[in-house]
Amino acid sequence: MTWTNVLVQGILFGGFYALFACGLSLLFGVMRIINLAHGDIAVVAGYTAVFLVPHLHIAEVWGFVVVVPIFALVGYVLQRTLLQAALDRSPLTTLLVTFGLSVLIENLLLEIYTANGQSVNIGSLIGNSWQVNSVIYVSWFQLVVLIVAVAVLGVLQVYLSKTSTGRLIRAVSDDREAAQICGANYRHIFGIAAAIAVATVALAGISYGILTELTPTTGGSQVLLYAFEAVVIGGIGSLWGTLIGGILLGVAQQIGAHYNPAYQVLAGHLLFLAILALRPQGLFGKKEALT
Amino acid sequence: MSATLVPDVGRTVVRANYHPAMLVGGTVVVAAFFSAAPWILPAAWVSVLNNFFLLLILATMWNLLAGYAGMVSIGQQGFIGLGSYALLYLALKGMNPFAAIPLAALIAGVIAVPVTFLLFRLRGGYFSVATWVVADSAMLVILSISYLGGGTGRPMPGLTSLSPTEYNHDSYLATWLTALVVSVGTYLLLRSRLGLVLASMRDSETAARSSGAKVTSTRRWIFVIAAMGCGAAGAVLAISQPFVQPGNAFNINWLAEMLFATIIGGIGTVEGPIIGTIVYFVLYQTLQGLGAWYLIIFGALAVAVALWQPGGVWGLVRDKTRFELLPVGYRVREK
Repeated sequence: MTWTNVLVQGILFGGFYALFACGLSLLFGVMRIINLAHGDIAVVAGYTAVFLVPHLHIAEVWGFVVVVPIFALVGYVLQRTLLQAALDRSPLTTLLVTFGLSVLIENLLLEIYTANGQSVNIGSLIGNSWQVNSVIYVSWFQLVVLIVAVAVLGVLQVYLSKTSTGRLIRAVSDDREAAQICGANYRHIFGIAAAIAVATVALAGISYGILTELTPTTGGSQVLLYAFEAVVIGGIGSLWGTLIGGILLGVAQQIGAHYNPAYQVLAGHLLFLAILALRPQGLFGKKEALT
Repeated sequence: MSATLVPDVGRTVVRANYHPAMLVGGTVVVAAFFSAAPWILPAAWVSVLNNFFLLLILATMWNLLAGYAGMVSIGQQGFIGLGSYALLYLALKGMNPFAAIPLAALIAGVIAVPVTFLLFRLRGGYFSVATWVVADSAMLVILSISYLGGGTGRPMPGLTSLSPTEYNHDSYLATWLTALVVSVGTYLLLRSRLGLVLASMRDSETAARSSGAKVTSTRRWIFVIAAMGCGAAGAVLAISQPFVQPGNAFNINWLAEMLFATIIGGIGTVEGPIIGTIVYFVLYQTLQGLGAWYLIIFGALAVAVALWQPGGVWGLVRDKTRFELLPVGYRVREK
């Protein structure tokens, strides 16, 4: 029964990791870049929910409705300015610039809001849980996040395969020059992809801030690494693989934590390294995606 | 050998646009000055120089990785930490900490070998984040070893017999000599055959591969060498603290500093890391007491340089004056 609980809690955490990861996966799929500031953007979204939303005199649970669209806009603007400028230079420049951005964000948060942890307060809603039996509790909030993660991935899948903008995104990601010849404005398409990526990670960041405390360094050492591990475990280029990857990462961490809380993160890293050694294309990835 | 490369038609092939003896002579003068620094400079300056040479080692190694071999590692702090802890372990086992520095560097290098086989399965940005996962894993493993002090750390043993002055001098000299070995070694490496392969990889990996350059094994060598360099830096850091703690030894800020210094100075040039480290220390001294602002300004500067002046400060100087302080290639000169 204890092991069932470990499994259940792992799956619930997996919802967070999948939500962290889908933006990272999308941006890599479309632009072949990794945004090293991905996690820090999530933390900034969480801080925005903590410090700005209370000024609006609305219930904090509505913070999502305000902050997520703002971050979609932030993503679009960031892509059209800084990231596009870096992309025009070289992939190396993109890594350097996003790493620089990550360090800037972390240290600015540190200077302005200190190293103290911050939580998004949604009142008593967070405490509600569903008691399955004497051992297993399912937190309603975490269950909601898992459902939202599945929904976001599903909507994204449908969006990419059925809508005309989604088709454009795929066209640009497959062959940028050919898409351009057919009249696609790839810069705008990149902007839209970045808007989706940043909006989803903002959603994930606020949710994480509700569940636990955010600190200036949460974005790099936790969000980015977990998102990245979920993507690689599931397989680069596979959205549903990312969900499975996130869930496996969550389960591995909970198994580690079951032995010793200090081993939680390490167990996730070890699963990632094992996948890298045994199946580098990930569980559902294609070999070609690696090159 | 250089004279045989082109027919003698009133031209000669040389490395530098100054006399070669000046390079050797200049190096000897600079080396003599910094070796004598503890006796001729105030103690506060020596302490700054100690940190300067520490960052110089790190920036030189990161430049080799990213500037030449195209590996944007964001996990070098892992090897700094491993170097620190290898030295702590050796000192706890009774070795003299100063004598153990090369061994600590070697341990970091040996650990890097199997790591490359995992990391090299990923490319570009994925490789970058994976290096951080490895660094984080190394820290978490060290954290769980209570013999090495766990999360709180341990003081470096074997230094108590030294007087405060002796300790300050010796820890500075250890850092400086390590920096000298790393800098001269890197320079000679870049002038060697391997350096030629690296320069071709830097300019075009595809062209280098099709010309028969062993790109993957060269990368592996460079990754291991950089791990040893960062391990040595970690070892001298452990001596100059002299306290080994995971939060400091594995700190991501080391990575930020080496990366920013390399970009600002000029990535992919020998002189770049030196210039970048000087810029860093000028900023650091100016902005002292303003907390993390020095890193924010340094980082913003690095982002701006990466976008608008990718050659860095040295790239600008070289393009304007065609002067190379530490040449690694050859040039044709009229007799």
